[in-house]
Amino acid sequence: MTNKIKNLNLNFGPQHPAAHGVLRLILELDGEVVEKADPHIGLLHRGTEKLIENKTYMQAVPYFDRLDYVAPMNQEHAFALATEKILEIDVPIRAQYIRVIFCEIGRILSHILNVTTQAMDVGALTPTLWGFEEREKLMGFYERVSGSRLHANYFRAGGVHQDLPQGLEEDIAEFCETFPKIINDLESLLTENRIFKQRNVDIGVVTKQDALDYSFSGVMIRGSGVPWDLRKSQPYDCYEQLDFKIPVGKNGDCYDRYLCRIEEMKESVSIIRQCLSKMEKGPIKSLDGKISPPSKKEIKQSMEALIHHFKLFTEGYRVPKDEIYTAVEAPKGEFGVYLISDGSNKPYKCKIRAPGFSHLQSMDYLIKGHMLADVPAVLGSLDIVFGEVDR
Amino acid sequence: MNNLIDLEKKINSELTTKINRTEIKHNQIYLETDKDDLIDVVLFLKTNNDTKFRQLIDITVVDYPENNQRFEVVYLFLSHEFNQRLILKYTIAENEIIPSITSIFPGANWMEREVFDMYGVSFKDHPDLRRILTDYGFEGHPLRKDFPLTGHTEVRYSEDQKKVVSEPVKLEQNYRNFDYESPWEGTKYIKEELDNNDK
Repeated sequence: MTNKIKNLNLNFGPQHPAAHGVLRLILELDGEVVEKADPHIGLLHRGTEKLIENKTYMQAVPYFDRLDYVAPMNQEHAFALATEKILEIDVPIRAQYIRVIFCEIGRILSHILNVTTQAMDVGALTPTLWGFEEREKLMGFYERVSGSRLHANYFRAGGVHQDLPQGLEEDIAEFCETFPKIINDLESLLTENRIFKQRNVDIGVVTKQDALDYSFSGVMIRGSGVPWDLRKSQPYDCYEQLDFKIPVGKNGDCYDRYLCRIEEMKESVSIIRQCLSKMEKGPIKSLDGKISPPSKKEIKQSMEALIHHFKLFTEGYRVPKDEIYTAVEAPKGEFGVYLISDGSNKPYKCKIRAPGFSHLQSMDYLIKGHMLADVPAVLGSLDIVFGEVDR
Repeated sequence: MNNLIDLEKKINSELTTKINRTEIKHNQIYLETDKDDLIDVVLFLKTNNDTKFRQLIDITVVDYPENNQRFEVVYLFLSHEFNQRLILKYTIAENEIIPSITSIFPGANWMEREVFDMYGVSFKDHPDLRRILTDYGFEGHPLRKDFPLTGHTEVRYSEDQKKVVSEPVKLEQNYRNFDYESPWEGTKYIKEELDNNDK
């Protein structure tokens, strides 16, 4: 008598701690080997692009915080750059440094979260506890500069909303002194850890060619040995004046991607240090009164400033007819904004290119032939945040 | 090709009639083509040694409901070798079916599904054309300009039926769209005025 063996369909998520959000993954299993993975996304879809079409340019900024909510300011940066290029306005140098500092803080925030939760997915709890203490400090910086820990709404077309409060520069500098030790601690727990290596080395291997074909970017493509980083290749703001290295992996597996993220955090600390030392006092937003709102003091003295303030916060500024694609190197990869303006105060179309979307799409290709237990490890190393995948 | 102008010449001379218009703007190259030439153009851009646009960044559609050719399909490409970005576009009417490029770029799969979901544009030869971002059983195409911002239905948990039910949207107050008619002009005009005053 022969027994018929049927493949098992397993429903992973949408409520599962290793799904990193609301991912529903339909897995087809042959024993413990995954035959096919079909991710169902969209459970966090909020229609961000539609909403942005109905808001003025300034009102659109907060929606970008809610995309990749572990590194909010990196997203705002892409939108600010796109608007600035169409408006043809210059950003004061101090504002550029401030923006770069906070983008790098965002990168550290995101990488800490990813590295430590990935470690948790494969069985290590301690890194999460140590890492989150540091995230707490960084979110404290976010709060001091913008008023909120997560949804900052801080970058504007033409600069940033406010100057750094007193003492913040010193505190960030102090953080840069203490943080490298924490990275070393995390590394001492993970890098040579036998279990961590068994779970990550040679898992989810991406070849160079596939990384290109599947539209990968960021750590996903660098882990496979492609030296590509928009901060170097298409520098924006003041990245050109900073000295930093781009870590590149060799094997394209989960472990190499982990190593890349650790090295990137070290580079980010060095970038922040350089910015702090180069930064000088000066204006923090464009001096064009038709774009940047006037200060409270001016409003009380000047009629024109009052009118500007009123017009900017009711109608907003108008952006000439144009179309542009602008991308930044967000922690997860290339985050881009394809913006079409029609001369009114609202974007006609704003397509958001989220790196996680392309990465998650390759789930089937990455996981085919792996064991069920590798699913969380691969998913973790993809660095998925559903805010940006679902938009 | 390291230079955008050379690249524009190269593309124009190689693809001749397949390209309707080229433009260089914001350090990017914009091409316009036709639906029927899409596959040829994309293959050329990917494989030619002087272009090497080997990465597809995104696919999207722009909706112009007042036009006869209502949708403009947009492809964004990136060349790592030459560090260049290219934007490829063509227009189609509402019910046209367009070719899928999943056979050239496997990464186009979800992007095309998203376009299908958001705009209702169908693709020929797509391996798995399903909705992707909207809910199971959703109707309509949200990013079309004639789709209302509030949508048509809302869901809630019904205590009586013990399940989630979907009902037409009821708003206490409609979404208000303020029109600020004013002589307020953009920055260009201010700049010109300032320049004139200097003279």
